[in-house]
Amino acid sequence: MAAEAKAEDRFTLPKLPYAEDALAKGGISKETIQYHYGKHHAGYVRKLNAQDKDGKVKKDASLEDLIKDQETSDKVFNLAAQIWNHTFYWESMAPAGSKCKDDSEVGKQLIKDFESVDKFIEAFKGRAGGHFGSGWVWLSINAEKKLVITEGHDAFNPMKDGLTPILTIDVWEHAYYIDQRNSRGAYIGKFIDLINWDKVNERYTAGCK
Amino acid sequence: FVSSYLKNLATKLIMSRLLKVVKQSVRTAPTNIETLSTIRQFSQSKSDFSLPDLPYDYAALEPVLPARIMELHHSKHHATYVNNLNATLQKRQDALQKGDIAAVIGFDGAIKFNGGGHVNHSIFWTNLAPPNNGGGGSPSGALLNAINDKFGSLEKFQESFNGKTAGVQGSGWGWLVYCPQDKTIKIQTMPNQDPIGSLGVVPLLGIDVWEHAYYLKYENRRPDYLKDIWQVVNWKNVEQRYADACK
Repeated sequence: MAAEAKAEDRFTLPKLPYAEDALAKGGISKETIQYHYGKHHAGYVRKLNAQDKDGKVKKDASLEDLIKDQETSDKVFNLAAQIWNHTFYWESMAPAGSKCKDDSEVGKQLIKDFESVDKFIEAFKGRAGGHFGSGWVWLSINAEKKLVITEGHDAFNPMKDGLTPILTIDVWEHAYYIDQRNSRGAYIGKFIDLINWDKVNERYTAGCK
Repeated sequence: FVSSYLKNLATKLIMSRLLKVVKQSVRTAPTNIETLSTIRQFSQSKSDFSLPDLPYDYAALEPVLPARIMELHHSKHHATYVNNLNATLQKRQDALQKGDIAAVIGFDGAIKFNGGGHVNHSIFWTNLAPPNNGGGGSPSGALLNAINDKFGSLEKFQESFNGKTAGVQGSGWGWLVYCPQDKTIKIQTMPNQDPIGSLGVVPLLGIDVWEHAYYLKYENRRPDYLKDIWQVVNWKNVEQRYADACK
């Protein structure tokens, strides 16, 4: 599954947390994964390595550093964030999917900030469906330790604004066009059922420290 | 009461006539398409934009653009912009009548997005023609002269256009426009569905690079789509738009 990296490549495509067909029953087909992971995500890695070889990428900076650094050029930010975002996205899902437990740490906070987990899900679906054009919708911990939904175009990542993301959905058309064509709403529904809430909870508890 | 009733009626008649003209112009998708700002200025009654017919069958642009792309693109994507535009304009109208200006302003984004989508796609369909019937080849006359003057040759223009348009981040369009201020043609990209007419230039040729425009055939290979699309560009239409813009 891991792409072959040249020894001198600074950035690598992380392994997918599951097999290519693992999400197929949940509505994200092997073909989508082959394109989305194998071509789009891999393409960002390849291009950032090319930028790095041209000396355009700050030395000794991780992807996260590059995203948070206000000095990062638009081109490098775009590539670094897209690599990071997609990794985060794959890890936000699991073949079995799950439900958010009300008594989990993240569940309790969602109830505080959205009245109920269901209301959070409706709000998240609304933002994902309502986002115009390409981009990402995020659930993050903000400075006041509240959970907030934010969204942005293209390679948007809330770490740049000082937030700590715990969940994301990719709403670029390439994320759903093969499986649901123009129906972003249907894709969002599938995504919700695939969310790996254990992972989200883990990120939340780590982010709160 | 009577005079205000008559004034209201007169306004409604004028508006409906104006809207008919606008709808007609968009339906036949000619060279003059009213910008959204003009429409909003005059629109006080229910707006009712409709999906224009394609000037050709869904399969007509094969093999460059397969029927399954054209059908989805026209009957789903463009149709959704039209439906959402109508719905948003109605909600805006209701808010305006209640005097809720904050709510009115809240609809600006949706109008720009859906209205822009409608305007952009209406132009796009006329910019294309079947490969054996008007599509491809080369422009002629005044437009060809303008392209040669500005870019050196048609090939150099296409190279520049494709380079800029392939570079659009995320969703957007590549445009060849006429700038009335300096009387030249330019290449300009726009994000999302932002209508290029809002920049004060005249759109001549637009190429959609939202993923839905090409994904089912070209997947992520946007540069390949841009290389092939020239085989179905309707240069006669672009020349007509240029001639009208220069007047």
